[in-house]
Amino acid sequence: MRMVFALLLALFATPLAAQTALPPAPWADRQIPNAAQERKAKALMETIRCLTCQSQSIADSNASMAGDMRSQIRERIMAGEQPEAIRAWLVSRYGDWVSYEPTAAPILWPLWAAPLFLLALGLLLMRGQIKRRKGR
Amino acid sequence: MIAEAGLAALWLAAALALLQLFLAFAGLKGGKSELLAAVRPAAVAQGVLTAIAFGLLITLFIRSDMSVLLVVTNSHSMKPWLYKFAGTWGNHEGSMLLWVTVMGVAGAAVALFERALRRDTHMATLGGQAAISLGFYAFLLFSSNPFARIDPPPPDGQGLNPLLQDPGLAFHPPTLYLGYVGLSVAFSFAIGALLTRQVDAAFARAMRPWVLAAWILLTLGITAGSYWAYYELGWGGWWFWDPVENASLMPWLAATALLHSVTVLATRDALRAWTVMLAVIAFSMSMVGTFLVRSGILTSVHAFAVDPERGSFILALLAIYIGGALALFGWRIGSVREGAPFELVSRETLLVVNNLLLSVILGIVLIGTLYPLMTEAFGHKVSVGAPYFDRIAGPIALTLMIALATGPLVRWRRDRAAAVGKRLMVPFAVAILATVSVAILAWGRIGILPFCGLVIAFAVGAASIAPLWKRNLLRTPLFTWGMVIAHLGCAVSLAGMACNSAFTVEKLVAARPGDTIQTAGWSLRFVQIKPIAGDNWTALQADVQVDRGGAPVLIHPQSRFFASPPTTTSEAALLTRWNGQLYVVLGEEVEGGRWQLRIWWKPFVTLIWLGGILIALGGALALVGRERRGWLMKWRARRAFA
Repeated sequence: MRMVFALLLALFATPLAAQTALPPAPWADRQIPNAAQERKAKALMETIRCLTCQSQSIADSNASMAGDMRSQIRERIMAGEQPEAIRAWLVSRYGDWVSYEPTAAPILWPLWAAPLFLLALGLLLMRGQIKRRKGR
Repeated sequence: MIAEAGLAALWLAAALALLQLFLAFAGLKGGKSELLAAVRPAAVAQGVLTAIAFGLLITLFIRSDMSVLLVVTNSHSMKPWLYKFAGTWGNHEGSMLLWVTVMGVAGAAVALFERALRRDTHMATLGGQAAISLGFYAFLLFSSNPFARIDPPPPDGQGLNPLLQDPGLAFHPPTLYLGYVGLSVAFSFAIGALLTRQVDAAFARAMRPWVLAAWILLTLGITAGSYWAYYELGWGGWWFWDPVENASLMPWLAATALLHSVTVLATRDALRAWTVMLAVIAFSMSMVGTFLVRSGILTSVHAFAVDPERGSFILALLAIYIGGALALFGWRIGSVREGAPFELVSRETLLVVNNLLLSVILGIVLIGTLYPLMTEAFGHKVSVGAPYFDRIAGPIALTLMIALATGPLVRWRRDRAAAVGKRLMVPFAVAILATVSVAILAWGRIGILPFCGLVIAFAVGAASIAPLWKRNLLRTPLFTWGMVIAHLGCAVSLAGMACNSAFTVEKLVAARPGDTIQTAGWSLRFVQIKPIAGDNWTALQADVQVDRGGAPVLIHPQSRFFASPPTTTSEAALLTRWNGQLYVVLGEEVEGGRWQLRIWWKPFVTLIWLGGILIALGGALALVGRERRGWLMKWRARRAFA
């Protein structure tokens, strides 16, 4: 009977456990003491999208989820992980959308090619203009 | 009654726009000058009616008339007066009414003040303005009526998004819209000129002040918006490459290009087709931006309501106007003669480089903004943000700055490369000096882009004032001063951006009252934390005493809570010094009675917006300088007549 009571108590207490079991975000707004590591973490945070806000990076968001992600990133950097590995981990978890840094995925090739194409087109047009004008 | 009067004024204005369109084109086609005589009065009356409608909506907001749906959903009787007033345009319907009002008033201004344009082109321009206004009247009246009533009226409203409850709301949207929608005048001019086949230097001279005026206001609006985001969002960022920011940047880029090409057309009668094309593109970008912001396909603080019906409506307007204008362009441009020829080493060439680079940046911003939407259609969600834009648009913008430094030092028509090189000696020396000093002072602390930015900023700063060398400053024309100051503003702004990104010092701490924090040469003593109350908010306020060797100053970062709608915002405390800004934000309470404080020292960050103001000021000087002669002549003529 006492066992059942204890079990019941434990069951009712689960929300409490969940409360404390939620990963606290100790490093959300706390800098890594090592300045070089903090710089690395910060640079990465600036390229990770806050999933619950309006086009902001997690480096400038008040959202609690952004805080959790900042904390995660700082902890992983302190554990010696490379920023690109952390990004890959975040992308595998949340999808490409989470990274502002466009990847080299084929769907993004036109995005990278567009500026070159525009510049080449513009220069071609301009060169043609001036040459023709000169020839006159 | 007020709401009904407002709606009636809008319908009447729409009817007048239809009449104006008919009068202008029937008059031009039949050569009937009695029809044409009524076009200008129609445009003026239309402008007055839209202004009345807008004034009535403001009245409803100030009175907190809760029988009007828009007031209920966006206002609250306890709101301070300023936000009741400015809240008029802090929502979808109100901002669209502002859009239509600016369009109507701009049309009235073209009817009243435009004297230089040939009469038939003037009439065709007013017809064009009426045609675009009509679409937006339809949008307002059929899908975004700001004057709709609600029955029964609720006891009070739902309040305004607290992020918008800031004096910035009174200034940023109206200024931005004046510029954004003011570009519709350039669009109408282009339509008018294509219809009457008058694409020449006289046309360019008539169009230039309108482009300049819109561009000045757009510059101010963007600058104000950037500063507002900077202090309101509480993280010290000043540009986020948010799609909505891009939506305001794209018309600005096009207008900046147009401003320079219209000068080439006015001075040298070259770049005819291109200038007309840019005038069409500039306002098209305004419309694309509005579509992006208002259709709800983007989430943003600016997207007030997600409504697919409105989205399709604006998309239809976009297709009609942009498609129509481009079709007209394609149809008529063949008959526009080639402009005057020009040499490789000439100011014209550098202005073409300016146009080329601005257009490429515009293309990059447009593609980058739309790309996520396109990939989403293929079921692949991606984000395009600062890393892409900085890396791609950054170097092109820096190249553009080099063209900017060179252009004013090259003569029109033809120049000798050696002479240009000689004139560039001093800016070049400054660049070398800056490279060496920045490298010595900041090696290892500064990224490659900020480094180049800083060096180029110094060189451009020196080059921009070079046109004034060896000149009698009092006799230098005002528009030359305008160019010098606007270009100097670009250098100043660039220096601010580079310094901010290279030298910002960040400090995040959890502190107890009584603690002292040292950072970047500043000493901050966290004195106490106390509750305070405002008009419609309560707040926790930290008193922080800061000093840097001199007399201590007390600053007050706050964490504000608004009851309606329930929201918490952080109000950063900013302390401005000549060499930068101290930016302090109060965060949440953490364990043990300690509070999160975020502290930034941002060297020379204020230069970013100072530069923006200088650019606009330069534009204003150029506008006054160019137009003053006309005004003086008119004034003398009037006096002689009296």
